[in-house]
Amino acid sequence: MPVNLQGSPEIKTDQHPDDAYLRKDRLPHIWCPGCGIGIGVKAYIEALKLSKIPLNRQVVVSGIGCTGRVAGYLNLDSYHTTHGRAIPFASGMKLVNPDLEVTVFSGDLFSIGGNHFIHAARRNVGINVICCNNFNYGMTGGQVGPTTPTGAFTLTSPYGNVEDGFNLPYVAAAAGAVFVSRWTTLHFRNLRDAILRAFGKRGFTFIEVVSPCPTAFGRRNEFPDGLDEMEWYRNNSVIDHRAELVEIGLAMKKDSRIVVGNFVDIERPTSMDHYQQVLHRAQGEQR
Amino acid sequence: MSTDPGTIFVGEHFMSGDEACAEGAIAAGCSFFGGYPITPTSELQERLSRRLPQVGRLFVQFEDEIASMAAIVGASCAGAKAMTATSGPGFSLMQENIGLAFMMEVPCVVVNIQRGGPSTGLPTLLAQGDMMQVRFGSHGDYDVIAYAPSSPQEIFDCTIKAFNAAEKYRTPVFVMGDELVAHMTERVVIPPLEKIELVERKRPEAASADGFLPFKAEDDLIPPMAIAGDGYKIHVTGLTHNEKGYPHIDPDTHDQMLSRMLRKIKDHRDEIIEYEEIELQDAEIVLVTYGSTARSALRALRLAREKGIKVGMLRLITPWPFPGQKIEEIKGAELIVPEVNAGQMAREIERWARKPIHRVNRLGGAPIHPQEIMNRIEEVA
Amino acid sequence: MIMIDLTINEKQLERTERKLLGPEPKVPRGQVYIITERCKECGFCWTFCPMDVLEKSELSNVKGYHYPRVKDGKETACINCETCTLICPEFAIYTERIDEE
Repeated sequence: MPVNLQGSPEIKTDQHPDDAYLRKDRLPHIWCPGCGIGIGVKAYIEALKLSKIPLNRQVVVSGIGCTGRVAGYLNLDSYHTTHGRAIPFASGMKLVNPDLEVTVFSGDLFSIGGNHFIHAARRNVGINVICCNNFNYGMTGGQVGPTTPTGAFTLTSPYGNVEDGFNLPYVAAAAGAVFVSRWTTLHFRNLRDAILRAFGKRGFTFIEVVSPCPTAFGRRNEFPDGLDEMEWYRNNSVIDHRAELVEIGLAMKKDSRIVVGNFVDIERPTSMDHYQQVLHRAQGEQR
Repeated sequence: MSTDPGTIFVGEHFMSGDEACAEGAIAAGCSFFGGYPITPTSELQERLSRRLPQVGRLFVQFEDEIASMAAIVGASCAGAKAMTATSGPGFSLMQENIGLAFMMEVPCVVVNIQRGGPSTGLPTLLAQGDMMQVRFGSHGDYDVIAYAPSSPQEIFDCTIKAFNAAEKYRTPVFVMGDELVAHMTERVVIPPLEKIELVERKRPEAASADGFLPFKAEDDLIPPMAIAGDGYKIHVTGLTHNEKGYPHIDPDTHDQMLSRMLRKIKDHRDEIIEYEEIELQDAEIVLVTYGSTARSALRALRLAREKGIKVGMLRLITPWPFPGQKIEEIKGAELIVPEVNAGQMAREIERWARKPIHRVNRLGGAPIHPQEIMNRIEEVA
Repeated sequence: MIMIDLTINEKQLERTERKLLGPEPKVPRGQVYIITERCKECGFCWTFCPMDVLEKSELSNVKGYHYPRVKDGKETACINCETCTLICPEFAIYTERIDEE
């Protein structure tokens, strides 16, 4: 490695230090210029590096959609499952082998996946859920989704969305998640740290990653470029770990705020704790 | 994951089909059951909710059948022998993830205790109306192994066979019970573990992840299965994929992948197909039947033979893969197909017989009375 | 009404002056590496680099995207803060520390 303390311009290379964590033969990945999902993946990899969990035990399960493709680029045991069903798939894995650190990367966890989300949170299954929220269904071109803000223009809300979008941290906390966090793709270190914290937590953890989607959402709304949206995150986001969750819905308008932070960090018996109880009771009782 | 002999409910019992199926799962080494209550499987699930924890295994009731099926596929990917149980309405919900299990080549067992349909139908009463759905219920082309037991003893045996077939062929396998078999109570003999043959999935021998191809099949067309956490760092997807498991949206890759998966079952039909032949040698009329209807048919056969009519029976133990060649062998005889549906397996039988067959149908709610079958035998004779 | 005395006396100011506990802290030096073929010209690295080290290059990769370059005169400006490394969605740019810790 050339070390030129006199100063040297950029050195062109074809290898990245993280290549061991990626399926290098599949890069460059399919995400658009300006999409933030890659930043989410990078933050996850940084957390993998800092975590003491051996890589063989790290498993990624994803659903369908742009975020769903995350599983295909990570060099770990990774499962790209059916639409909305990543969470019960991941729950089955974790319940069978609690030594696995199972992380769900998904987009639409809240419409087709909504029921599974709230029950896994209620049960406190020990999986980590990372939801890249780009406010629409990107892969299929940009249709309205359960987090699309009121008034936003998408391919299936051409007159402006008349429904309200979910406030994800509020839903997650209400359903029983023990760790609830939201960061934008600009807050990459906080995101890395939140993922690392999630690895260390027992129970159901949820991280919302607010991400640009210039090709589908951004350019039909107020953020034609990924860069516009990232700069808007810089100017309009506020870190408030103690925010009132009911108030932190995202309007995604140029004059609105994004509240980010690690909002909930509690302890609660996990589903494995509960099933241990069942085993204990069953084996105490003779047939 | 081996079965602890102490977990098996050895002995001679008087039990229902639901209960026998639950015990069959335990004897087979089922370590994860994910389900959602639905009549008429509730007794099966309730028994498992008691028994599985007693033997140190997991029973989880999920929020719906979709979650149940997704969870058992995940559980199997993590190494468990996983099972779910449902009836018609739940079976419809499970179809997408059944396709996922087929595509990912994941062993699992799905028990469908059929009831009157369509829709909510007759929740507490018999039908055999899902026989085509089990074969074609999910989208796209795939092949299916399905057992149709006719008694509580047989549902015990077929559940174990289903687990073995699932493990061997790396595919979802179905036990198509029906409400009558599930609720009838009969003698069931459960042998000790040393008398039960159990099959485990093939595991890879590769020393490391480098160069390991998770979907490269061996000569038997079945790839060894890497479990999550083994260290092979596999990628598994429901998209069309190459031998490395990577998605490849390409007609040639699709052709290679899907034809191998179809041949995986087709080429092993002779090992999988099971049927029972009763008095076929001189039969001029053959009753082709399965499930609880076979019981009525057997009675009709005895009545007919007493009257001197040469009737035989072909009882399908595996309606799928369908024993087409056996039908070809017997097609010289008049074929009568009694089923509690509008005629489902009859279509397949007719296809292979290449001639009209005689149907005896009841649309649902009660078994076909042996006399109804006897009446048709006498008409045909 | 309560009046709060906001005047700060000199003594208080002295106590609050930060005292260096060791040698003068050193700002690290970094070397920028670019994997040109992965870049998609999103602009995050050159926009968010706190030392304004990067700009869009006139050259482009095989897909037509202009990848970043170190600005003329900024060859010693990189402090290895890793912003570009962490913010690039493409794993197309990273820095390595080149001075001694």
